[in-house]
Amino acid sequence: MANVISDETIDYVGILAKLELSDAEKEDAKKDLGRMLDYIDQLNELDTSGVEPMSHVFPVDNVFREDVVTNGDNSEAVLKNAPERKDDTYVVPMTVE
Amino acid sequence: MSLMDKTALEIGAMIKNKEISAVEAAKESLNAIKETESKVNAFVTVLGDDQVIKDAEDVQAKIESGEINSPLAGVPVAIKDNMCTEGVLTTCSSKILSNFNPTFSSDAVLRLKNAGAIMVGKANMDEFAMGSTTETSYYGATKNPWDLERVPGGSSGGSCAAVAASEVPYALGSDTGGSIRQPASFCGVTGIKPTYGTVSRYGLIAYGSSLDQIGPIAKDISDCATILETISGHDIKDSTSILRDDYNFTSALVDDVKGFKIGIPKAYYGEGLDPEVKEQVMKVAKTLEEKGAIIEEFDLDLVDYAIPAYYVIACAEASSNLERFDGVKYGYRTAEYEGLHNMYKKTRSEGFGAEVKRRIMLGSFVLSSGYYDAYYLKALRTKALIKKAFDEAFAQYDMILAPAAPTVAPKLGDSLSDPIKMYLGDIYTISVNLCGLPGVSIPAGLTSSGLPVGAQLIGNVFEEKKLIQAAYSYERTLDWSLPSI
Repeated sequence: MANVISDETIDYVGILAKLELSDAEKEDAKKDLGRMLDYIDQLNELDTSGVEPMSHVFPVDNVFREDVVTNGDNSEAVLKNAPERKDDTYVVPMTVE
Repeated sequence: MSLMDKTALEIGAMIKNKEISAVEAAKESLNAIKETESKVNAFVTVLGDDQVIKDAEDVQAKIESGEINSPLAGVPVAIKDNMCTEGVLTTCSSKILSNFNPTFSSDAVLRLKNAGAIMVGKANMDEFAMGSTTETSYYGATKNPWDLERVPGGSSGGSCAAVAASEVPYALGSDTGGSIRQPASFCGVTGIKPTYGTVSRYGLIAYGSSLDQIGPIAKDISDCATILETISGHDIKDSTSILRDDYNFTSALVDDVKGFKIGIPKAYYGEGLDPEVKEQVMKVAKTLEEKGAIIEEFDLDLVDYAIPAYYVIACAEASSNLERFDGVKYGYRTAEYEGLHNMYKKTRSEGFGAEVKRRIMLGSFVLSSGYYDAYYLKALRTKALIKKAFDEAFAQYDMILAPAAPTVAPKLGDSLSDPIKMYLGDIYTISVNLCGLPGVSIPAGLTSSGLPVGAQLIGNVFEEKKLIQAAYSYERTLDWSLPSI
């Protein structure tokens, strides 16, 4: 395997991905990521110098509209999906000490 | 013959002619589901009889008053479970959305509803549409109605199996790398992945936003063209939605392929393709040629680079799109945690399955500092070259004929152990998404072991009508029936 993924890399990517992997999952992730990157590395056979990266096939522009409210108050239905709520707010763990 | 063995248009016509009512059609679908669902598991959620019948009564009244006049009015439908449906559980086949009831419906679902469609349930899928077998669903794998020991394909496996099992006459699916066309092929049904931007993505829970498109799955191309005509249209709520000149897809239901130039990319028929699949697809070519099309082999460049480019782009977009699932506003939240970040991490780690985590990890890696240029931008540059290769092909040909998948449906449990092997199964479908092209998958006969093969027609952007016309012409020659379960 050409791409060897270190423990540090897996921990760092885990932070970016907001995932807490078990030790067994980390070992699997190291192997999977390494194998995928080996496979993806075949893109390096292609000379892409001077080629613009294409994010969308069609030209994409910002779509603007007037800032007018068109929907009614739907807060009760929206809050019903909250894992934890208090009155009209979401309850989350303390974010600021 | 059960009513659900008929096509959506046939059922719609019977309702219109007062041979049956929308309520009777809905009951037939609910009964068919009750009979077969324990074997097929095509649904995450089947709506309650009372609710479905009430919806059907409302639609029946509107048909009688003339308020609704669509050919799909009163016809039952299944919706893939990644499309938001107001007040109806929408899980994306994930634990993390196991209790999510959207407060709004996706644009495609609303358009169907306005046409009088009767939703009977939400179809199973690979978790967050990440998979090719519908085995990554948190709610159990869907089985292939042709052989219950095989997968239906994925990720729209529930939608395709529900149609193939005659539980519903048609369904909506979504296609990010082949997720309509490949399961349609494995299940012997017809599916269209439209040109990017044709159907609004508003309310479609995003996987790879630059690749995702909603499309129809049904028994034949006439149904599919009608459904596409119903769900397509410009939508201000999707900034990538395109205002097209022509949405009249049913006008292409014409039996004539004379003069159509159809290209056969040699690289699609080489190593890795099951000889029996090849044989059936070449028979399609022969039939179209006999009907007056011009068939030519040609060299399509860069075929091998589509899959690696796709997985970089799709996983990068997925890692960003799936950040929203954090246990705060909706969905699953872990039971015990210490502080905010621990809550996020535990919620996501417990809420997502293995394949979703694998793709989020890859996506986060290729977007991370130091690797962004080497992987993400490289993939976007490769995409530009692949697009150019297809532009060159469509300068020569009206459409491309390819298999939808290299094999017939694999056995349950055979695919997930080796992710790269599973990803390679997407070789004929994935470029279509990278390049925003339309693709149609049509039944193309059976192998010697009695499993369906799908042929795929790929067109240039906005040229669905050519594909529909060719598919319709081919279909005239095909004697096709779905399995009885």
